[in-house]
Amino acid sequence: MTTETLAMAAGVLLLTAVMQLWRRSVSGAITLLVVQGAALAGLAATLAAVDGDTELYLVAALVLLVKAGVLPAVLSRTATGTATSREDTPRVAPTTGLLLAAGLTTVAYLAAQPVAAARPAAAAQTVPVGIALVLIGFLILLTRRQAVSQLVGFIVLDNGIAAVALLAAGGVPLVVELGVMLDVVLVVLVLRVLAGRMMRAFGGSDLAELTELRD
Amino acid sequence: MTPTTLILTLLPVVGPALVAAAALAGRRARWTDLAAPASAVLILVCGIALVPVTMHDGPSVWGVLRADPLAAYLLAVMGAVAATATWSGMAPRWADSRPDGWFAALMCLFEAAMAAALVADNLGVMWVAVEATTIATAFLVGYRGGRSAVEAAWKYVVLGSVGVAVALLGIVLLYAATGSAATLSWSALVSGSIPMDHGLTRMAAALTALGLATKAGLAPMHSWLPDAHSQAPAPVSGLMSGVLLSVAFSGILRVQAVSDAVLGPHSLRSLLLVAGLASLLVAALLVLTQRDYKRLLAYSSIEHMGLLALGAAVGSPLALGAVLLHILGHGLAKASLFVVAGRILAAEGSARIGDVRALLTRRPALAVPFLVGMVALLGFPPFGLFVTELGIVYAGWQQGLGWAMAVALVLLLVVFAGLARHTLAMTLGRPGRSRAETAHDTVHSDTVHVDGALHGAHPHGGRHGYPDGPTAPLVLALGVVGLLGLAVLPLREVLTSAATLLIGGTP
Repeated sequence: MTTETLAMAAGVLLLTAVMQLWRRSVSGAITLLVVQGAALAGLAATLAAVDGDTELYLVAALVLLVKAGVLPAVLSRTATGTATSREDTPRVAPTTGLLLAAGLTTVAYLAAQPVAAARPAAAAQTVPVGIALVLIGFLILLTRRQAVSQLVGFIVLDNGIAAVALLAAGGVPLVVELGVMLDVVLVVLVLRVLAGRMMRAFGGSDLAELTELRD
Repeated sequence: MTPTTLILTLLPVVGPALVAAAALAGRRARWTDLAAPASAVLILVCGIALVPVTMHDGPSVWGVLRADPLAAYLLAVMGAVAATATWSGMAPRWADSRPDGWFAALMCLFEAAMAAALVADNLGVMWVAVEATTIATAFLVGYRGGRSAVEAAWKYVVLGSVGVAVALLGIVLLYAATGSAATLSWSALVSGSIPMDHGLTRMAAALTALGLATKAGLAPMHSWLPDAHSQAPAPVSGLMSGVLLSVAFSGILRVQAVSDAVLGPHSLRSLLLVAGLASLLVAALLVLTQRDYKRLLAYSSIEHMGLLALGAAVGSPLALGAVLLHILGHGLAKASLFVVAGRILAAEGSARIGDVRALLTRRPALAVPFLVGMVALLGFPPFGLFVTELGIVYAGWQQGLGWAMAVALVLLLVVFAGLARHTLAMTLGRPGRSRAETAHDTVHSDTVHVDGALHGAHPHGGRHGYPDGPTAPLVLALGVVGLLGLAVLPLREVLTSAATLLIGGTP
């Protein structure tokens, strides 16, 4: 039963990441992030139930609060602040993006071999999903041109790392978990302020405009 | 950990953080100017005091904190470089400047985060501290405002956070590799007493080193560095180039120690060799054709980080000792040079090398420290960097890495030629175009305006008395770099025990 719950949560994580690649509307992307954050919290709660670990329940609650609540809220304010509603000109077409995502997921399965070899537990067998999230996050960062979309990529990447931590090691020590979460929230807030400044300085938040600094 | 050690370890983190809170409350009070230099001196004093204590008592751990000769030495180095950058970056007393509590508070938090990264025993906590340096410096890089500063800040935060996220993935996998021991404590990881999965450790160590290399400015993850270091106000550039890179690099050294303890010596050698040589190559290619003197200094930082990576790849006690001493010499020289470059920018009104000519006859007060700093940075014999570069290359030769050292020497020579050419052109070259002809360059006049305001100068008032700021810290810093060759003897013990820690023996 728990194996099925884990597999389902992992499936939702991967699906929401892949769907980011063919959704162009920013509000759609933010909704996907909320679902992804909830799936991550579900993953943590399932593992907490398996291990009977009270610390992990706390982590699950925090993940739900931060990844499904605070971060998407900051993002949607950023989108309003920079008047971005669509990612009109991504650098790769959605179809290419989906193909790349399939390729990256395969790579993730290959890359996660050492983890699967070292940790025979059922949870560790789903680690490739976390690594696929990290790689898809990179892909979003590389191919999207709006400041908000880059933030989405960064959060997907971070969700991937959190998933790897939960699945491969049952979560990192609480003090580290708290620090990491605080850092991520602060980075997203800093980027939100910078996106606002960019809007004022460049009259838009298209990152292709960033060409002042060259050698 | 004895109470004294604990206080000396905690103070460099807690002290600057409290000063930051006070500076924030002080808003535009005159004394907030002193907050960052005072924090730096506090860190310096604690670091120096910790050296004999940790040498005598040996390494000790308290919770997630750690005190050992390596941390103590690096704390002292960080304090010294930060003191140089922040003290000489202070506005001169006669200038009609407006202190900014926000700026001071962020500087103090930046120093506190770096100190935390140095004294963290838990690798996860070290990661949190390294990421916190990115957060603290984001608005410092973009402090000037304007298009280029915003662009530099955005690229810096995105690339810095994404790169460091890779290191977090590595640390998480390292935690998984410890199995049921489930620890991230560096002391436990290097002790070799934890049975760790080899395949997973190999992957984890490589990812962690790669992620930290982004923050350390090693090629090919260096692209944010020239932008951020050239756009930030002078004291911030000095701190970032002088110590932040080295703090991230010391994280790589710690990870290498873990990886070596589990997988055997030189487990990260090929990765570090590639990163080191690639950094030297990038620096060599871009220094020659550089047109902006602040970017020139930034590329020189990439060169020196490449050299440090080569030293870490060699990994012998001699090489690591030289690397640690090089961190001190480079930090002091680079911080001084960035501060002088900031003053040249405020006085001349242009960051282009082609616009600054005959500095030695026109502004000897700026040209002399610039020349001396460059001579130190280029590694001329009386200065310490000559000794440390020689040490790294010689150690590489001893370890059978002669080919890499030969390539490195050729690349170093190219960088040397490029830096020397530009420096001579700026200080001795005949006056070329006048400033008025280049004044239409919006990027630069924008930059000058705010740099001038930061230093309390009348914007565009270059010719009518530019702000000099204190000279004493520059003299002190460059003097120390000059004496570094001789300082090898008194510093030998601490350098040896720090290097031994990294190789996995007991000091």
